[in-house]
Amino acid sequence: MGLPLFPPGDDPGPDFAALIRQTDRPRSLSASIETATSALTSVAHGTTVVALRFADGVVMAGDRRATEGNIIAHRAMEKVFPADRHSAVAIAGAAGPAVEMVKLFQTQLEHYEKVEGVALSLEGKANQLGQMVREHLPMAMQGLVVVPLFAGYDLRLSEGRIFTYDVTGGHFEEADHAATGSGGRDARTTIKLGWRADLARDESVELAVRALYEAADEDSATGGPDLVRGIFPVVATVTAEGYERLADAEVAASFTALVARRSLGGGIGGGGP
Amino acid sequence: MTMPFYVAPEQVMKDRAEYAQKGIARGRSLVACVYDDGILVVAENPSRSLHKVSEIYDRIAFAGVGKYNEFDQLRVAGVRHADTKGFAFSREDVDARSLANLYAQFLGQVFTHEMKPLEVEILVAELGVDGKPDQLYHVAYEGTITDEDRFAVLGGETETITDRVVESYRDGWALDEALRAAVAALAGPDRTLEPDDLEVAVLSRAHGRRAFRRLGHDELAELLSGSRKGATRAPRGGGAGSGSAPESDGGPLRSE
Repeated sequence: MGLPLFPPGDDPGPDFAALIRQTDRPRSLSASIETATSALTSVAHGTTVVALRFADGVVMAGDRRATEGNIIAHRAMEKVFPADRHSAVAIAGAAGPAVEMVKLFQTQLEHYEKVEGVALSLEGKANQLGQMVREHLPMAMQGLVVVPLFAGYDLRLSEGRIFTYDVTGGHFEEADHAATGSGGRDARTTIKLGWRADLARDESVELAVRALYEAADEDSATGGPDLVRGIFPVVATVTAEGYERLADAEVAASFTALVARRSLGGGIGGGGP
Repeated sequence: MTMPFYVAPEQVMKDRAEYAQKGIARGRSLVACVYDDGILVVAENPSRSLHKVSEIYDRIAFAGVGKYNEFDQLRVAGVRHADTKGFAFSREDVDARSLANLYAQFLGQVFTHEMKPLEVEILVAELGVDGKPDQLYHVAYEGTITDEDRFAVLGGETETITDRVVESYRDGWALDEALRAAVAALAGPDRTLEPDDLEVAVLSRAHGRRAFRRLGHDELAELLSGSRKGATRAPRGGGAGSGSAPESDGGPLRSE
């Protein structure tokens, strides 16, 4: 592999996806998969992810279960990733292509930042991810749907922002909160009932945890807290300070408290904590 | 048809070398050295936006002197090489040695085969982790590559600057001491360099995955005046990953 230099006309600029297309390094699997639809039922799917705004930024959380049809494929899959210092991406849908998309997205943002010397704007990052989802559309038509959720701290506006996507790459900014994946509906309803504009960090974390709990309660493809194995959802915050994943102990404490309250009420907790 | 005049190959090489050296000497110099927590790169550069020192990858930094457009082209190629490699294989497979070799090959190729040699000198610095030493690869305009493990001087009057660095160099010195020595070596006895004349960046083990960070004007002023010692503030989050699996955490460098 020589030094990747290009004549001015062919220069891919700061676009990493264009660069790997030109250098022809790792190929996407879209071409080979079109004839293999019958095998696609045995592909792992990730499920519920949520994001909500709070006073200092955004909280993002995702359960850990991946399913293949009615089988639990993985119990400890991670679906929430840092996209760069000030943004996070969460994935729902076919696990393999989704994780690949996150990897490409992370590299793309860092690549742009290094080549250009400045990071992309939050809007620019959201748009980039939209283009990647759109490029994935042929595979989505074969059943390998990937629907990410993107959230970050906008350094220019000094606030957290959330973007949702559909399979065509269309992206929409959400006002306060969003959830996607098979348990997304239940998670969204839970957040809707508990959300306030002035939520503190701990309150918003508690709300995200509760939303995942309710989603797992109603949706078989969403994993609840696994107290036996000590597997808890991934919860992360993005603030002016950057991306920070919460320690497992903190998430575990939040879940344990929630489970204790639910046990007292015989499993019924209504909208409150 | 006219026959071209015969010119001895020695003469051709000598002329090219002289041409490249002249071009490099027109620009200002740069000093890089190791300190107790990483690698410090100090360049004399009054521009805030046209950088001589930049990030290539997690633990790798790039510095160039000479013609800006030429070394910047090499910098971008280096970022591309590193990102492609890290994406195709794993983040830990990206190393400075292979990149420095690519630069050396390219510069050597241009020097012998093209009309005009590149008027640049390049430094590829790699922070050592897990007990590996820090490494500074110095690539000259004709493709000569040397590796240093203490300090490197690039640019015009390297000999006098090197003498000054040798005099003050001390193993395991702190960031502020190393910075003052590097700045004094660049400035010489007759000048003083202010923070505005300098571009300074570090690769620090305290910074997590992406070790590269530029030091701002205020931080430089504090370090130069001695009101602040070593440790630079570590950024939270540490950026994103693109290893074999997406990085789930931007925490400190892992020991593999």
